[in-house]
Amino acid sequence: MRVKLIRDGRVVEDDWDGPLLSLEKLNAGVSGDGLGLVLQPGESPQQIGVELSRLSLVAIHFPVLTDGRGFSYARELRERGFRGEIRATGEFTRDQLFYLKRCGFNAFQLADESQLEESLANLEDFSEVYQASIEQPEPLFRRR
Amino acid sequence: MYQYALQDQRIVDQRVAQFRDQTCRYLEGKITEQQFLPLRLQNGLYVQRLAPMLRIAIPYGMLSSRQLRKLAEISRNYDKGYTHVSTRQNMQINWPALEDVPDILEELASVQMHAIQTSGNCIRNTTTDPYAGVAADELEDPRPWCEIIRQWSTLHPEFAFLPRKFKIAVCGSESDRAAIHSHDIGLELIKHPQDGRIGFKVLAGGGLGRTPVIGSVICEWLEKRHLLSYLESIMRVYNQHGRRDNKYKARIKILVKAMGVDAFRQQVEAEWARLKDGPTTLTEEEVEGYTRYFTAPDYQNLDAGLAERQLDEQCAADSSFDNWVQRNTRPHRVPGYRIVNLSLKATGYAPGDINDHQMDSLANLASQYSFGEIRTTHEQNLVLADVQQRDLLPLWQALKPLGLATPNIGYLSDLICCPGGDYCSLANAKSIPVAEAIQARFAELDYLYDLGPLDLNISGCMNACGHHHIGHIGVLGVDKKGEEFYQVSIGGNQGKDASIGKILGPSFKQDDMPEIIEKILKTYLGLRLEEETFLDTCRRTGLEPFKQNVYA
Repeated sequence: MRVKLIRDGRVVEDDWDGPLLSLEKLNAGVSGDGLGLVLQPGESPQQIGVELSRLSLVAIHFPVLTDGRGFSYARELRERGFRGEIRATGEFTRDQLFYLKRCGFNAFQLADESQLEESLANLEDFSEVYQASIEQPEPLFRRR
Repeated sequence: MYQYALQDQRIVDQRVAQFRDQTCRYLEGKITEQQFLPLRLQNGLYVQRLAPMLRIAIPYGMLSSRQLRKLAEISRNYDKGYTHVSTRQNMQINWPALEDVPDILEELASVQMHAIQTSGNCIRNTTTDPYAGVAADELEDPRPWCEIIRQWSTLHPEFAFLPRKFKIAVCGSESDRAAIHSHDIGLELIKHPQDGRIGFKVLAGGGLGRTPVIGSVICEWLEKRHLLSYLESIMRVYNQHGRRDNKYKARIKILVKAMGVDAFRQQVEAEWARLKDGPTTLTEEEVEGYTRYFTAPDYQNLDAGLAERQLDEQCAADSSFDNWVQRNTRPHRVPGYRIVNLSLKATGYAPGDINDHQMDSLANLASQYSFGEIRTTHEQNLVLADVQQRDLLPLWQALKPLGLATPNIGYLSDLICCPGGDYCSLANAKSIPVAEAIQARFAELDYLYDLGPLDLNISGCMNACGHHHIGHIGVLGVDKKGEEFYQVSIGGNQGKDASIGKILGPSFKQDDMPEIIEKILKTYLGLRLEEETFLDTCRRTGLEPFKQNVYA
């Protein structure tokens, strides 16, 4: 059975077949494109030693729901032009989906798969936001 | 003051709906205690010693009469009929039922209020000068900037799960009345040394708590339009590098110390190099849009000389009114007006508490005499900022029976005091009874006036909500083998020449506290030269003479 997750606003089966490399393995030298990477807290995107265009998937792991470093990592990846999948994994909850999405995550592998369907609604918790962010590059003060 | 547009209203309404759903799922057991914790905290809800506590945001201390009436109504309908002004200009109710909180938030939203980010490891309410816009020594009104920061920080997606709480304060005047040196970020509007343009001096890494630190300057002068990208750069460095392994070492002050100010600044500048000139860069028109909400109210063109003569006559006729005018009002920048401070430090009442009847009455008085606006102060008092001099007498007459005319602003009995062990589950010791005992001991007003300006700050634990480190006299409750003791420090200060108080020595029993304070005051009176304030004397003589007398 494949793992289920939310990707681009829909519940889908995970079709990622490749390995998810640790930052250390990636930086030790890997050939080819379409790579998968998993970042742990403390591993900033600034430490990624290969061209971001060689990566297809970056999973950002949340060992506990209160460790918010991953929010900055995703935003930084997008700001640096990464266009592949950014996936949240670990102990984050559906109540964080809206913020995660705004920071540039587009895939969410919730620890509890049974919550996936009803969690879709949390992606739309708010219809208006103040800040510039990855999915809304203009702050509200410019859109008023 | 700021008025919500449709979008602002939508955001707070949707926040209420979100929290209603979260509370519902929590009560149904679908969210664990641990998962619910950051959700409720970021909606202002603590679970305290006896009941939950809800902290309601008063953005930079500004309240309308309508909002104050709503707070009175909420305190009546959902609580025990009183609220408490916090040392960060917010207001707290101490006895709400958890199930009622979504309804309370909905009530708040109906008057453009909320409890968003009043707790939790996120960016908290931005605080400022309670005399903003009316102070004679002001360079620029800080409130438009506070509102800009409020909007930027509200539900910021990247900074909701920081290593620890994060507090920002803004000062736009010569005297700092917002304690910017003891905030995670302190912003000071200043003129550029060469060309005179107004920008921000940016301080970071100040804070109280277990490890008190005065903030360090990380940017001498920042162009206003870059404020948000610069703040974002600081936040990003902190979010990624602040310690998460030990909550007592998680504040930004520890990071700044550990990295060193220069290295920290370099990291911020490196982030900023990428964020600068991005979409959060403010244009003049955009800033102007915010400024329009804080323009001067419809002041009357008054004959200042006449107003002054009339007031003099009224004061001459009633010494007790005269005294209140002297002690509790301050000069206003518009002729014929005064700033009125309302003391919430009447002896016998918990410092900072105000009941529903007082709130309702005050809302009416504010509408009648001060353009329908009230401000909260971090000293846990209230301010009516725009009162005509000729209205001072009827206002005072109305405030007296309400218990809101205690003439002690800035004196010893106008002390800062956290809720302490009577309410707070973090506290090591009670603070309110200590405050009351000290107020009762020094009730003689002439003695207080003779002592001059004196900040006495009391915290019930290391978290320092009572700002004891920056009191001229600071009192900290400590726990020694299950017994409550109090440690005393002197020489702290909150202004632009901020300093952290020094601990006198071994701590004291609760019953001994009034006596100890009396010994400290006697020492000061014996040492002071002419017009020297308590702080001046402390700074001149150091701890030694105080120590000798107190521990003699």
